[in-house]
Amino acid sequence: MLRQMEGSHAVAESVALCRPRVVACYPITPQTHIVEHLGMLVKRGDLADCEYINVESEFAALSACIGASAMGARTYTATASQGLLYMMEAVYNTAGLGLPVVMTLGNRAIGAPINIWNDHSDAMAAQNAGWIQLFVETNQQAVDVHIQAFRLAETTSLPVMVCMDGFILTHAHERIDMPDQAQVDRFLPAFEPQQMLDPDNPVTIGAMVGPEAFTEVRYLAHHKQLEALGTIEEQAQEFRDIFGRDSGGLVMSHFAEDAETVVVTLGSVIGTIKSVISELRDRGESIGALTIRSMRPFPKTRVGRMLKNARRVVVLEKAMAAGIGGILAQHVRWSLGTYSVPIYSVIAGLGGRPITRPSLRRLLDRAVKDQLELTHFLDLNIEEVDRELVRQRSGALSGPAAENILRDIGALRASKTG
Amino acid sequence: MFQVRIHGRGGQGVVSASQMMSVAAFNQGLHAQAFPSFGSERMGAPVTAFVRIDEAPIELREPVLDPDLLIVQDATLFGALDLFSGLTQTGYVLVNSQQSLRDLGIEDAVRSLPAGHVVTIAATELAWQYLKRPTPNSVLLGAFAAMSDWLELAAVEQAIQEKFPGKVGDANVAAARAAFSSINGDG
Repeated sequence: MLRQMEGSHAVAESVALCRPRVVACYPITPQTHIVEHLGMLVKRGDLADCEYINVESEFAALSACIGASAMGARTYTATASQGLLYMMEAVYNTAGLGLPVVMTLGNRAIGAPINIWNDHSDAMAAQNAGWIQLFVETNQQAVDVHIQAFRLAETTSLPVMVCMDGFILTHAHERIDMPDQAQVDRFLPAFEPQQMLDPDNPVTIGAMVGPEAFTEVRYLAHHKQLEALGTIEEQAQEFRDIFGRDSGGLVMSHFAEDAETVVVTLGSVIGTIKSVISELRDRGESIGALTIRSMRPFPKTRVGRMLKNARRVVVLEKAMAAGIGGILAQHVRWSLGTYSVPIYSVIAGLGGRPITRPSLRRLLDRAVKDQLELTHFLDLNIEEVDRELVRQRSGALSGPAAENILRDIGALRASKTG
Repeated sequence: MFQVRIHGRGGQGVVSASQMMSVAAFNQGLHAQAFPSFGSERMGAPVTAFVRIDEAPIELREPVLDPDLLIVQDATLFGALDLFSGLTQTGYVLVNSQQSLRDLGIEDAVRSLPAGHVVTIAATELAWQYLKRPTPNSVLLGAFAAMSDWLELAAVEQAIQEKFPGKVGDANVAAARAAFSSINGDG
């Protein structure tokens, strides 16, 4: 049914259609409306046979999910930003134990400095935790991918994190084609756990494993992730057959196959990028885009195959590893193997800075002429950075950088209006 | 595509206005996207929300930089921010104020816009009269329905009822209708 709704509410209703038995959440910032709406659905009786547990922290939220999932219950939670960091030990444990928990990550920056806005720092902080990480471009995909996430988690016995841009998607109201219960029930069978705590047949989950077997357990985790590459594609196809729309699988291509310049990115920014790419293509430029939908497992072979004939690749991402640069860019470099395609790494949209068409036009105009530096920070105020560096090199007690920069920018504004 | 930027202060229902506008457009069979500017939300702080309306699905995720419609829920913002930034040459301006354009100091800024595209309406006063609350958003949506063909009053009324079910919704609908009539000159 077509409805105009907020991204968070749409995801909550999609999760409810998946009939979770346990939802455990910490409801305070950083959080989205998803858990609030799920709480209401449980209280109203719209989501039957579901235990909604309001816990005291994110660590407790995921710990409760681990327990519930080990008891054979379909289990869900949601968090963002610092909330994910606070539960990080349990994040690793969920994957290590092979428990198919589904979690929404409403992507946001990580402090310090404190920042509540969107980027992908939180997802990247968890990229090696063993979870499957799926990114979505739109709220419709968010709705659809959550349904696929439960199926995927339970098929693979791996936890799945659905990454959707905080605010840009979670707080946006747009048209959603909400699936009906019969469709979801057809796609998503009842949860049949691979392992279960049962007092009548006691087993240990989470035994201590020494050097004699740890490598094998870890190798198995890697193997299972690689196997999931096929499962994601198969289930995406099955989703198309039942729901009648394409919500994508491992990657999504926008004229990427035969383009000389290919922009590779993650998440909702592809919408704005597509608009600029259309302008450039109308001008005769050979340019396309490739969105990575599955960050873990990373579809290395597929990405390499799709990019190997490009003349240049521009990887635009909302996260950065200080000391090396682009994170997705490293993945793309690795995927290209021995193919010598130049890669331009662009860091953009950190801490909620809007990624606008004028900025993308300037960026891609330079990129298609190979005039871009190998690592580029979009819309960076380099004068301000230099000012702070001078201050720090002066040898005096220059003070905290973030506060200095804020003061400078405030002063600049005052001089403009004054 | 028709793009809208709504300026106001925390507590005035700026974000709700954008949501209701998108629902009204949806009710007319159009695609619509509404989203706030994501500041730290607190009463009285400047708040901005955005709406896009189109016949085709909307993919843009940038804030609205070149609005076709500017709604100003709080006229004290004219001195604090450059509200007219990016306004298209055939754009609309709808201001919540009892003052004239000259008294607001925006006469020059809106001079080149087409006739009938600039309206000031005492929306807070109308809201007090109908809702006993200073939330001018429903009034402004009713007013905009009278200014252009993009939104129909019936679709706006339905959106208001969905947002505020029951008596509160009825009062908001009455306020929106009053605004619609006052702009159309039959109030």
